[in-house]
Amino acid sequence: MPRRNDVRKVMVIGSGPIIIGQAAEFDYAGTQACQALREEGVEVVLVNSNPATIMTDTNIADKVYIEPLNAETAKKIILKEKPDSLLPTLGGQTGLNLAMELAESGFLEEQGVKLLGTATEAIKMAEDRQAFKDTMESISEPCIESKVVTTVEDALTFAEEIGYPVIVRPAYTLGGTGGGIASDREQLNEIATNGLRLSRVGQALIEKCIAGWKEIEYEVMRDGKGNVITVCNMENIDPVGVHTGDSIVVAPSQTLSDKEYQMLRTASLKIISALGIQGGCNVQFALHPTSFEYAVIEVNPRVSRSSALASKATGYPIAKVATKIAIGYGLDEIRNAVTGKTYACFEPTLDYVVVKIPKWPFDKFVKAERTLGTQMKATGEVMSISSSFEAALLKAIRSLELNINTLEQDIYKPLDTETIRKKLRDINDERLFVIAEALRRGISIEEINEITKIDDFFLAKIKELVTMEETLKGYAIDTLTPELLRRAKKMGFPDVVIAKYTGSDRKEIKKLRQSYGINAAYKMVDTCAAEFEAVSPYYYSTYDQFSEVRKSDRRKVLVIGSGPIRIGQGIEFDYCSVHSVWALKEQGYETIIANNNPETVSTDFDTSDRLYFEPLTIEDVENIIETENPEGVIVQFGGQTAIKLVNALSDYGIKIFGTQAKDVDAAEDREKFDRILEDVGIPRPKGRTVYTLEQALAAANELIYPVLVRPSYVLGGQGMEIAYSDKDVTEFMEIINRVKQEHPILVDKYLMGKEIEVDAICDGDDILIPGIMEHLERAGVHSGDSISVYPANTLKKAVVDKIIDCSYKLAKALNVIGLINIQYVLYNEELYVIEVNPRSSRTVPYISKVTGIPMVDIATKLMTGKKLTDFRYGTGLYRNSEYVAIKVPVFSFEKLHDVDTSLGPEMKSTGEVLGISKDFHEALYKGIIASGMKLPEKGGGILMTVRDSDKTELLAIAERFEKLGYVLYATGKTANMLNMHGIATNAVKKLDEGSPNILDLISSGNIKLVINTPTKGRQPQRDGFKIRRKAVEMSIPCLTSLDTAKAVISCIEMERKSNGLDVVDLSVFG
Amino acid sequence: MKAYLALEDGTILEGSSFGAVGEVIGEFVFNTGMTGYQEVLTDPSYCGQIVTMTYPLIGNYGVILEDIESARPQVKGFVVREMCKTPNNWRSLETLSEYLGRNGIIGIEGIDTRALTRILRDKGTMKGIISTSPDFSLESRLSKINEYRVENPVEQVTVKEMIHHKGTGLRVALIDYGIKLNIVRSLLKRNCEVFQFPASVTSEEVLAVNPDGIMLSNGPGDPKDCGQQIKTLRELIGKKPIFGICLGHQLTALAMGGDTEKLKYGHRGCNHPVKDLDRDLTYITSQNHGYTIIEDSLDSSVMKVSHRNMNDGTVEGVRYMNVPVFTVQFHPEASPGPADTAYLFDRFTSMMEDWKGDKHAKT
Repeated sequence: MPRRNDVRKVMVIGSGPIIIGQAAEFDYAGTQACQALREEGVEVVLVNSNPATIMTDTNIADKVYIEPLNAETAKKIILKEKPDSLLPTLGGQTGLNLAMELAESGFLEEQGVKLLGTATEAIKMAEDRQAFKDTMESISEPCIESKVVTTVEDALTFAEEIGYPVIVRPAYTLGGTGGGIASDREQLNEIATNGLRLSRVGQALIEKCIAGWKEIEYEVMRDGKGNVITVCNMENIDPVGVHTGDSIVVAPSQTLSDKEYQMLRTASLKIISALGIQGGCNVQFALHPTSFEYAVIEVNPRVSRSSALASKATGYPIAKVATKIAIGYGLDEIRNAVTGKTYACFEPTLDYVVVKIPKWPFDKFVKAERTLGTQMKATGEVMSISSSFEAALLKAIRSLELNINTLEQDIYKPLDTETIRKKLRDINDERLFVIAEALRRGISIEEINEITKIDDFFLAKIKELVTMEETLKGYAIDTLTPELLRRAKKMGFPDVVIAKYTGSDRKEIKKLRQSYGINAAYKMVDTCAAEFEAVSPYYYSTYDQFSEVRKSDRRKVLVIGSGPIRIGQGIEFDYCSVHSVWALKEQGYETIIANNNPETVSTDFDTSDRLYFEPLTIEDVENIIETENPEGVIVQFGGQTAIKLVNALSDYGIKIFGTQAKDVDAAEDREKFDRILEDVGIPRPKGRTVYTLEQALAAANELIYPVLVRPSYVLGGQGMEIAYSDKDVTEFMEIINRVKQEHPILVDKYLMGKEIEVDAICDGDDILIPGIMEHLERAGVHSGDSISVYPANTLKKAVVDKIIDCSYKLAKALNVIGLINIQYVLYNEELYVIEVNPRSSRTVPYISKVTGIPMVDIATKLMTGKKLTDFRYGTGLYRNSEYVAIKVPVFSFEKLHDVDTSLGPEMKSTGEVLGISKDFHEALYKGIIASGMKLPEKGGGILMTVRDSDKTELLAIAERFEKLGYVLYATGKTANMLNMHGIATNAVKKLDEGSPNILDLISSGNIKLVINTPTKGRQPQRDGFKIRRKAVEMSIPCLTSLDTAKAVISCIEMERKSNGLDVVDLSVFG
Repeated sequence: MKAYLALEDGTILEGSSFGAVGEVIGEFVFNTGMTGYQEVLTDPSYCGQIVTMTYPLIGNYGVILEDIESARPQVKGFVVREMCKTPNNWRSLETLSEYLGRNGIIGIEGIDTRALTRILRDKGTMKGIISTSPDFSLESRLSKINEYRVENPVEQVTVKEMIHHKGTGLRVALIDYGIKLNIVRSLLKRNCEVFQFPASVTSEEVLAVNPDGIMLSNGPGDPKDCGQQIKTLRELIGKKPIFGICLGHQLTALAMGGDTEKLKYGHRGCNHPVKDLDRDLTYITSQNHGYTIIEDSLDSSVMKVSHRNMNDGTVEGVRYMNVPVFTVQFHPEASPGPADTAYLFDRFTSMMEDWKGDKHAKT
């Protein structure tokens, strides 16, 4: 079946901001889709609200719209662009839901827009719980006993029938939002109420709980002709009960015999055929551990997180093939890009083991509930490849960047064996390490299996690792035999761990093993287990004799990627890494990428000339360097992951492209940096470096509260807090010191001014500032969590000049070659520097797009010797755009229980969106809407509880809300004050004032917006915390800064008077 | 215990021994299936061969009694990267090492099987040796390796006497050239009554059971070594509906004037895409063969290619025009591998039904 010739212009919908359950994988899928379409000469119109993505680059699609992902906007774009088709299945659940909404409303048909790929009916059949069950029944595929309910009463009745525990799965929600396991009536009542509310169609599935069964997934492809194949199967090490996105996953399955493997494979093919999928699809099964009984858990009729993983695990480009199928091709007509010879109609076979471990945000949200269940909590994931399970597991562990290199964790040492035994029952992110400790204590595999239901096979492998750790402890470096060393390396032990156990250091171990000829060898991922010669330059390390890397004599550069998506380090750094590679290619370099995130474009094997899918520790990177012998390394684009290697790489003796290690250090080191500031004459908020609590308290009192307390060398303001009192300082110091601090702790005077941010490019002589951003919230809210406005529109010329001058001086003083990010605060008309990052930042993709300056491209070329004057953008501050582009952060609080939603110096957002318009208010409105905030309807209730210092400022805000026709609520003192000023406000009882109190009011559903400025601390027992959490649970927007509240008011005003906003395609920034 | 693996081209790899100890010479081949090592080990088509698994973790689910394809392991030797010492599966009875040891099969682990596979891919199937001898040297074994030849492999693996599998449906004469049990199971599942004959069976003996159809099994070795079997087939073709698999497919082609040749390194695995040219659909098939039919040797007035391999374009199935005969190179009985082409057994039973019907119509 050749390609359809009625497809000439296709609209592709992206997945919007990064949230838990929907991360970078859809940028990868969407980018592949756009490329696959353009390869066929199809014009692509892309819409996505996320500016940090590669897919929203003007070189990926013909027309790019960074606009809110809602039906109204999509319709406008369709009317303007008149695409003939829409590709709905590559933008995650967000893209799919939007496409379905457009289709169901009849709009697509009206406009003659075809839905490509899987038909609407098929999607409904897979997504609608009841329709899916009926279909499975009709083809005799077993489902779990379950019932679709629309009321809590029905849920309770059905649960009585089938018995507890039951699982609640709301329909049409993402990453299992609102779902959970209920073991009794009371729990079910709570979970079902919540789940039904969150479901787009008010529907949830109540299902018999089969926790403990094996969870197996198949990635399946089907074309329009009916050809069906499975790309990959995967086995979750965590049995059914933990969301697959939160499970440790291994590919291919390890514990299934051929009979079981084929039984489920056949079932997958039967299902995808019955549903009539055209493209990719994911089928999840539960398999009874001691029989052939199985049940279909779920089918995703679209490209998913698992398909990104399967693509990287096998080398089979699922998104690309799905796109080609959508435009009419058969699987037997699409080439296998890996071999270049065979076709997409085959099944990859692996000759290695792949392990995926989720990256959870618990290192950041220390108080978050860590229990894993049916609702996903991970923000990202790492993948590793090796020829044994043990080595793959250890590689994955060190890819997580938790400073953990082995299974042995010191925190369990003081616990007695009974406590460890008890801890085995906790299903959380620590379980793997607890199991290892349990095995070390002699708890048997049988007992651990009894408790955890994790297959003995995996437990035995973990035991192998523990045994090796214990064995190594019995040796010193001079007694270590080559045999043992080789065995440890083959099992995946890094030099640093072997060194620790043998009382030596990493470099000594490395020297020793190299003297024995024990070196990393690299094998290729080729989809065919070496049966055919492959052209894919996609490698992983083993400790074998034979390496497959073909030496090349071209000039080469290694670009270090950014690892897993986490709060503070998102998809933007993948954007930067990929752009850097493209720029290097243009300069004639051969490019090498090292990264371990399967969700990304950078780990697509045709992005760089060579891809190393590896952990990003110094040892792993050194191994790559020794194999490839590149001219140098670029660490500027991979976020903290890459930049933190700069000293070690520099010591190792490899050339660092761009800003040098000593200058990176000067920006981080308080004393060195202060000296630089003094030299260039720029003030910074007064501060002290401290080591102990006593010093911290003394410093705080000397500087006068409020003060900012934080550890140095951290990401996304981790551990950073504003302290208003000695009590706060004491609490924060305790939390910070839970992790051993190698660097001093910083206590700074907190200046409550306007925050300004600059990303600049420097060639050593000149700088180019593409644009200046200002934050809508005053300083104190982390820049990643602030609403950020480009171009800064409230600054006086003198201030702008000062910013340009200071930025120039700082870049020069730090000898920056490439990118630099500087944060300023304007306080009492005085400019202070808060922070300097001599690397790419979160805002680089955003600013690149709205100024039309390819920042990463230029920065990379400067590192290879070009000058700013070689480009056409000049130096100094680039001209302002006539458009305003406003970045709005997006949070995933509903997925993370017990996390305080109040914004502060520690970053909490998972993603961002952009609103673009010529008008400031319109841009803000677009941004706020795109972020998913539901603006309160007229007549709705607005609850306001603010700290004393904010009360005066609240007046004006309350007045505007009143004028707009809202009903106001506030607690005692605030209500009094507002009423006194003639603003009618209902008084509400605080939590300790009896009921109905403030929480009851929020639960009642009358409140549509909460404004709560936090007092202090992050104690969950405080009222404010409870109010904010309640709001999250009720899906009510909760604003924790008055500046944000003002912005929201102007949006409401905007909405009232707007009669439709314009959509802007990025070509205006040419 | 240390073990060595050496090839006729001089390659020597070191590993550890599992299963039986000693020394064995054979033809080295590789299989790319990720599961199904037990089905591979017991597939008689591997007679005379030392099999390397490309998947690195073998033995994970131990040994399962019901999953065998013949009564004993048929490979001469077994090469893996990592032999699982702690298997786990609810049906597992023993470890793979125990099973191979019990059956006298020499295994070697700790081998860089990917490197070995690349050698076999680049240079083609080779003869070689596995040895657990502590003073092993390749030079001393080289002449023995070079002389190695599998003598009459079909004779070695076929049943010694006819086996009658009871059934209530169609009567199938099954010629066993080294059969995988799942062919029998697939027929029995369709209620067939099966007469499983030794490869040396004569056409008279076959016809004597008055079968509704004849099934030709898989088997080891070079099809051209099977002169007698080809002669018998010539006598049977046209008399009854025939369905041939693997060696049965090759022998039929030879009987009908076609020719075969050896592939460089064969097809062995569970992921080979084959297009059914009539249906215009591609299926993933299980394969194990070192020889193939030469397409140019086929007389287009007598037979036509019905299935084609999507990887290398080789002939995977033949339909004969004037006689009720069809054959495939791959394994529709799966085990190991996908069961996507099981429909061919149904095609065979319909063919037998039709033939029966026609005969009734004629009489």
